[in-house]
Order: sequence, then structure tokens, then C-alpha cells
Amino acid sequence: MERLALKADAAEPVDISPHVAPEISSPEAAAAPIAVAPIAKPVRRWLALNRGRLWAVVLGALSLFAFLLAWHLLTKYRVNIYVRFLNVPAPEQVLDRAMRAFGDPKFFSHVVLSCRRILIGFLIATLVAVPLGLVMGRFRVIRELVFPVSEVFRPIPAIAWVPMSIMLWPSNEESIVFITFLGSFFPILINTLHGMKMVDQVLVRAAQCLGASEVAIFREVYFPAALPHIFTGLTVGMGVAWVSLIAAEMISGQFGIGYFTWEAYSLVQYSDIALGMICIGVLGLASSAAIRGLGHVVMPWARTT
Amino acid sequence: MSNEPKGFVDIRDFCLSYDTLYSEVEAVRHVSLRVEPGEFVSIIGPSGCGKSTLLNAVAGFLKPTDGTITVDGEAIGGPSADRGMVFQQYSLFPWKTVRENVEFGLKMKGKSKHQREIAARTLLGLAGLLAFENHYPDRLSGGMKQRVGIVRALATGPKMLLLDEPFGSLDAQTRVIMQQILTNMWQRLKISVLFVTHDIDEAIFLSDRVYCMTARPGTIKAEIMVPLERPRQQAMMMSSEFLALRRGLMSLIREESLKAMGGEISDLALQGLSIDLHGQSLADII
Repeated sequence: MERLALKADAAEPVDISPHVAPEISSPEAAAAPIAVAPIAKPVRRWLALNRGRLWAVVLGALSLFAFLLAWHLLTKYRVNIYVRFLNVPAPEQVLDRAMRAFGDPKFFSHVVLSCRRILIGFLIATLVAVPLGLVMGRFRVIRELVFPVSEVFRPIPAIAWVPMSIMLWPSNEESIVFITFLGSFFPILINTLHGMKMVDQVLVRAAQCLGASEVAIFREVYFPAALPHIFTGLTVGMGVAWVSLIAAEMISGQFGIGYFTWEAYSLVQYSDIALGMICIGVLGLASSAAIRGLGHVVMPWARTT
Repeated sequence: MSNEPKGFVDIRDFCLSYDTLYSEVEAVRHVSLRVEPGEFVSIIGPSGCGKSTLLNAVAGFLKPTDGTITVDGEAIGGPSADRGMVFQQYSLFPWKTVRENVEFGLKMKGKSKHQREIAARTLLGLAGLLAFENHYPDRLSGGMKQRVGIVRALATGPKMLLLDEPFGSLDAQTRVIMQQILTNMWQRLKISVLFVTHDIDEAIFLSDRVYCMTARPGTIKAEIMVPLERPRQQAMMMSSEFLALRRGLMSLIREESLKAMGGEISDLALQGLSIDLHGQSLADII
């Protein structure tokens, strides 16, 4: 009995076929350890396979908890050592405010408006920058014509465009979308261009030898080859889009989550400042996750697992 | 496919040179060679002798500075699916599955999805790759990638196949197996093959005829017939016939390789015999 149980145990991590247990026909052998095994086995295997990921989750949760605890203590004792926590809202106050804000249609409309500006500005930037980058990468003349201009405009931060943008566009709404557009435009363009430069020329020659036309090579080789870089550009562009949007909303907005955060300061609603900040963080995180997810769907060959 | 023989390559007086800032570099000089329909011909030579240049010109990527290249009597205007090419570097499209890679040429020809699938699966079956049809190339070994590359080049039904050191980066065992797979497919399809390599055994084992090129500027140094019977077995590589051919080619290539490495190195120098020590020992001089 002792020996049989040991044997079954030893086979456990190696053999995953379900009909191992019935094969051990001796009545004593059908005792407790084997009866438990079929259920415990997959669980244990899953735990063993995902140990690294589980650790990451545990550590992540721990660090978040430590941050909240520090925040709580700093605000509870109104710490004042050069950096002042006198007016900083406590986490529980912010949570309380958040609970009320989530039911508030006004807060909701701020969030929706910001998202809409991001979506429009970012989409237009994508629709302009990606084809432009592809064409610039393929045709030298176009690259040499457009590149100098783009290099002149690129170092200007989108926020520096705010006054000019207000003059250019008929309404505030359009100028904010324009700023968002500008913020995401250059990272997308530069990365698309870089992706085109990195295309392995042997793939282009292979396509030519298989009878591909110029248009087909563009569609079947250059575009998919540049896609990973394009997605890098989209991720970076999305980040810069949020930075630009929030700055623009704080300066010239009347609505939006950036405006909400700034207004909270003016109105001495300190909890709202933290709420606005957290909201911006979560939205930024969600939008980059969305782009990553899209990349995963669009580029199945690049999946690592 | 019609029955008239196809894939007759005629290269006449081919020269190729290119300009640099200081001078004109002559890569290939007055090369004339032929590949008869259905023949397997190899070009062998030291590195940098212009053998790949020649192949790229037949593919249509390079224009001759002088001379002509015709395939079945027609001058080459540019790359075409008539001349399938397999590159030294793995050149599968990473974003296409194995089967999509093989289907590519047929897709470019406007064949329907159904036709493409049947053709691709048949060829993949021949190459023993059907089980991997839905894999992306980065999951395949080097030998498998090159097999897919060959199958992809064959899928369009080309007149001939151009191979540029296709097995150069494979290990010795895989290379021998790949050589056998290639000859098997070549014998079934009866198309001409122009094969560039620097591996002497490979050239002899595969070819009906071997052209040996000189160091730069590349010219044809010798043309060697390989009278070994087909189908060829790996065991033939030990036969006296094979070894005689090998010895002959080896000395031809060796001479050119030494030239390619620079005039200083001669056979005498390699053995250390040309150094005049004036009666002293080397240690004394140093």
C-alpha cells in the first residue's frame, strides 16, 4: 500500500492522461491519495506553470497597498516636512468623493468629452500619419520633401500650440482636438517611417520574384512589416495625446477631465484634484491597453505565447 | 504545362561593374554560360567572386553593364515569377503562415482561394510540411524554413529555379537531407536549376554541370561535367569518381581563394617555406 501510493505519486507530474488512476486496479490502491489526485493535479500544474505571474500579481497588490497606506498615514498625521500634506485629501475622502461623482452626470460628461477629444484627435492623427509615413518610407522624393518640415515642427510641444490653436480654429473644442492631434501625430509618423526603413529588403525581393506588383508589395510586404513599429508609434502617440489633451483642457477648456482637475483647485475641492488625477491615469492606462489588445488581434504572428 | 522544354538560360559575354567614388569596380567580366532545359547547373567560386551577382542578374535584380542574358530566347526585363528564387537568408514572410507563404505567388497570379489552397497543400505534402501549414515561420527550424522557401518558389510553376547558397546557414546533417529533398523535387518537376554555392561537395552531389569562377573580377575558370548517375545517393560521396571530381575542384577553388584573400598568401607562404631566415633560427631574428 505504502509503495503503491508512492508510485502513483511519482507518476503524477509526468503523466497527464486521465486513465492512469483506473489502471491501478488493486483495491487498496484506490484509497485516498489517488482519489484526490485527479482534481488536485490540474490545479497544482496550473499553479506551477503560472508561478511567475502569480508572484507578479501578489507583489503588485502589495506595492499598491503600501502606496495607499503611505498616502493614508501622510494625510492622517498632516505630515509637514518641507513637502506639505496639510491640504492633501486622504484616500478615504477621495473614495467617498468618487462614489458620489460616479453617480453624477456632470462628472460623467467631463470624462466622456475628454475621451471623445482623444478619440477624434488620435484617430485623425493615425489616419494621416500612418499613410504619410508609409508613403514617405517608400518614395524618396516625398520623404525628402516632407521630412524637413516635419523636423521643424516636431520639437515644438503640443502645449506650445495652445495660443496659436485658439487663433486658428473657430471654437475651443476644435482647438483642443487639434492639440491632441498634434501630440500624437509625430510619434506615429516617426515610428511608421522607422518601420519602413527597417523592412528587410530580401522580403521585398522575394515578393518581386513571386510576381508581386508594386501595389501588392506595398500591401503584402511593406505594410505588415512596418506594423509592429506602427503600433509602437500608436502606443507612444496615445500617451502624448493624453498629456497634450490635459494641458490644453487646463488652459483653455470649459469641460473635460483636465478642466475638472484644474477647476477643483480653483474651487478648493481638494478631493476632486486627486479624483481627476486618478481618472486621467486610469483612462490613459485603459487606452494603451486597448491599443495593445488591438495589436494582438491585428498581428497574430507577433504573439509570444 | 506544355511539353516543349523550358528554362533554357543563355548568358553571353556578361559583364557587370559599378562605380564608386574613386574607381569603377569590375564584379563580373565576360561570363558566358548556359543552362539547358531541365538541367541542374551549379556555380562555385570563392566568396566575393560575383557568383551571387550573376544569379541576381538572372533573377532580374541587376542589369548587365555589357552582354545579354536570355531565358527561352527572351531578354530579362525584371524579376518575374517565371524564375523562382530561394535566398540564402530566410525570406519567408513572418506575418503569413506557412501555407499563406506558399500561396503568395498564386495569389499574385489572381488564382482563387480554393485553387491556391489545393496547390499549396499538395506541394507542402511533397515536402513533408503539411502538418505545419498553419504555423508562422518563426516556429520553424532553419531547414524547414528553407524547404518552405523552395516550395514557395515552385508553387507558381516557374520555368527555372535560382538558388543562392540556400543551405549555407544549415548544419551539415540538415544540409545533406535538404540536398536530397531538392534533387527529388527537381527530378519530379523537370525544371532547370541554377545553384550558387561555395561548398564543393554540394555542387558535385547536386549538379549535372559545375562552373568554377575566379576571384574578382569573376570569370569562368572551368566547366566540369558531373557524370555521376541519378538518382544520387549519399553513399556516392565516397566513390572514387566523386572524390576525383572533388580533388580537381578543390585545387581550382583553392587557387582562387588564395587570390581572393590577397596576393601575399601563396602555398609556399602558407607552409612557411618562402621566408628566408639567412641561416638563423626564427627565434634569433625576433
